[in-house]
Amino acid sequence: MEITVCIKQVPGTSEVEVDEKTGVLKRDGIDSKMNPYDLYAIETAVQLKEAHGAHITAISMGPPQAAEVIKEAFMMGVDEGALLTDRKFAGSDVLATSYTLAQGVKKTGNPDLVICGKMTTDGDTAQVGPEMAEFLGIPHIANVLRILEVGEKSIIVEMDMPSTIEVAEIAFPCLITVEKGIFQPRLPSFKLKMATKDKKITFYSLQDFDDTDEKNYGLNGSPTQVKRIFPPEGNLDHEIWGGSNAELSEQLFGKLKELKFV
Amino acid sequence: MAKIIIHHNQIQNLEAAKDLCPFGAIEEIDGKLEINAGCKMCKICVKKGPKGAFEFVEDQVRTINKEEWQGVVVYVDHVEGEIHPVTYELIGKAREMADKIKHPVYALFMGAGIAEQAKELLHYGVDEVFVYDEEALRDFRIEPYAAVFEDFINLKKPSIALVGGTTVGRSIAPRVAARFKTGLTADCTILDVQDNTDLDQIRPAFGGNIMAHIYTPHHRPQFATVRYKIFTALERSDIEKGVVTRCEIAQEKLASKIRVLEIKQKEKVQTIEDAEVIVVAGRAIQKQEDLKMIEELADILGGQVACTRPLIEAGWIDARKQVGLSGRTVKPKLIITCGVSGAIQFVAGMNNSDCIIAINRDEKANIFQAAHYGIIGDIYEIVPTLIKKIKSGEMSMIDLKSAENE
Repeated sequence: MEITVCIKQVPGTSEVEVDEKTGVLKRDGIDSKMNPYDLYAIETAVQLKEAHGAHITAISMGPPQAAEVIKEAFMMGVDEGALLTDRKFAGSDVLATSYTLAQGVKKTGNPDLVICGKMTTDGDTAQVGPEMAEFLGIPHIANVLRILEVGEKSIIVEMDMPSTIEVAEIAFPCLITVEKGIFQPRLPSFKLKMATKDKKITFYSLQDFDDTDEKNYGLNGSPTQVKRIFPPEGNLDHEIWGGSNAELSEQLFGKLKELKFV
Repeated sequence: MAKIIIHHNQIQNLEAAKDLCPFGAIEEIDGKLEINAGCKMCKICVKKGPKGAFEFVEDQVRTINKEEWQGVVVYVDHVEGEIHPVTYELIGKAREMADKIKHPVYALFMGAGIAEQAKELLHYGVDEVFVYDEEALRDFRIEPYAAVFEDFINLKKPSIALVGGTTVGRSIAPRVAARFKTGLTADCTILDVQDNTDLDQIRPAFGGNIMAHIYTPHHRPQFATVRYKIFTALERSDIEKGVVTRCEIAQEKLASKIRVLEIKQKEKVQTIEDAEVIVVAGRAIQKQEDLKMIEELADILGGQVACTRPLIEAGWIDARKQVGLSGRTVKPKLIITCGVSGAIQFVAGMNNSDCIIAINRDEKANIFQAAHYGIIGDIYEIVPTLIKKIKSGEMSMIDLKSAENE
């Protein structure tokens, strides 16, 4: 079985702040890490490989330093890696990102199964997986809780629904996005780290793709645009209390009584 | 190709210019600045950089006739005909926006054996409900559901499509948006509409403490997903207004490579979305045992415990108890946050609560911006004392009552 896992490098911290005076984002270093949800996607692929035999490719899109997360994927048991990197991809929204990744997936072969994490921690949208499946022309199941059976031509999974769990069989080729908790991700192995330290990561840029029309990528390929970014407005109508902890407890107790919660 | 051009002669201080970019996308290569693939086109360098140093150039703007796209459609999220309440919340918002631009409000309802339930939507401010009632739509499967959505868009050409941020909504909205190669903004917390029908979509962005105002200037329909408990549904009116229209679709369009084998009912757990009082444990909780005081406070207030992301990552609390964009959105009558710093992804998940009380030692904590009552103090002192007070308060009430009885 050919499996492709899509992974992303995200900021190491979510504590990005805006300087209220200048409107400029404050950046605490350029610390970054693998999107934590992607660890579950990689673990799922590696579990399938161990149980049924598979060849796993990890692909990512981002600046050249995003190759780090692919190296980490190697240490968990991924066989091959590709990074889609080009300045022309800059400013991609959900649509352009999904389109670029779909082009990348096609480039790395036609996998039977594409696995994505449920969402990323920097975008929090959970929409790239399904859009990619559309561009690949394959069915998808999002929010997979468990894999129940793996057959020659299909897999049976549990899908999380608002008030039920749907058990469904989906034919290959297909895409799934997996929930946190599907498997416990393993730690990167030192042995694999050593064994894969010289492993080549393939870099693809726009000119390597089937579709080389710049209009479909980056900001140009993005229907949504950011009009402005701004610090969140606070609750204007608020009181701040200071004092000793004893006073504060008394005051809070009084307020809860006044509001009839006690 | 839209891009940012650097005019090198306008830049004196390379280091300062590099630091303009919050994403580290301005690099120095051989003494010259270049923009790398990390650029998010946020244009901060254009606005905040030395005058004329960074220029944003755009060519070939695609245009569409926005007049051709009329109506605000709400996708009816349901399981076996039981309509998810987020649907009514979205209809409320759709009504408000549609009135502004004089467009109709549509509801798109697909499933099997749902004709009766379709009428219920007419009590909430919908002009027309479009019903696709087909056996192939009994269980949610992506291909037939997306095909119906596509069919509807081709039929009515709505300007705006609103979809609930449920697991189903987050699966179908991106699929259909991609099919029409149009924009989709996930988890909007504020929506409004311009006179030219452009949808103002506001959401927390980049995972940090920033709000982004996003719009879709040259594409239709404009897709947005919104989570449950962000907007408010209109009161159910006693009178049915509007009409229900049955739609037909060719059976071959409903083919699927997915076979649903079984539907399991989830065990009904008490969810934090339904709680009227929530006490939130934040990062200031030092160890798992300390959660006991948070639980105790929640108990005596008749509420539930929730938490922030670090506590989920530590594995101390069930992931379903997480408030925030990567967890659940809540709108209780009272929420008390204990040692929560207030990252925007958290605040976005709770700032519509009726009464927000925040306790934090750090007076600069962001949570105080969102709170109605901000208490600068130590949760390890205040929470136990408060619990004692409430208990003794209750005790004295009981004492009083028993005294009366005697």
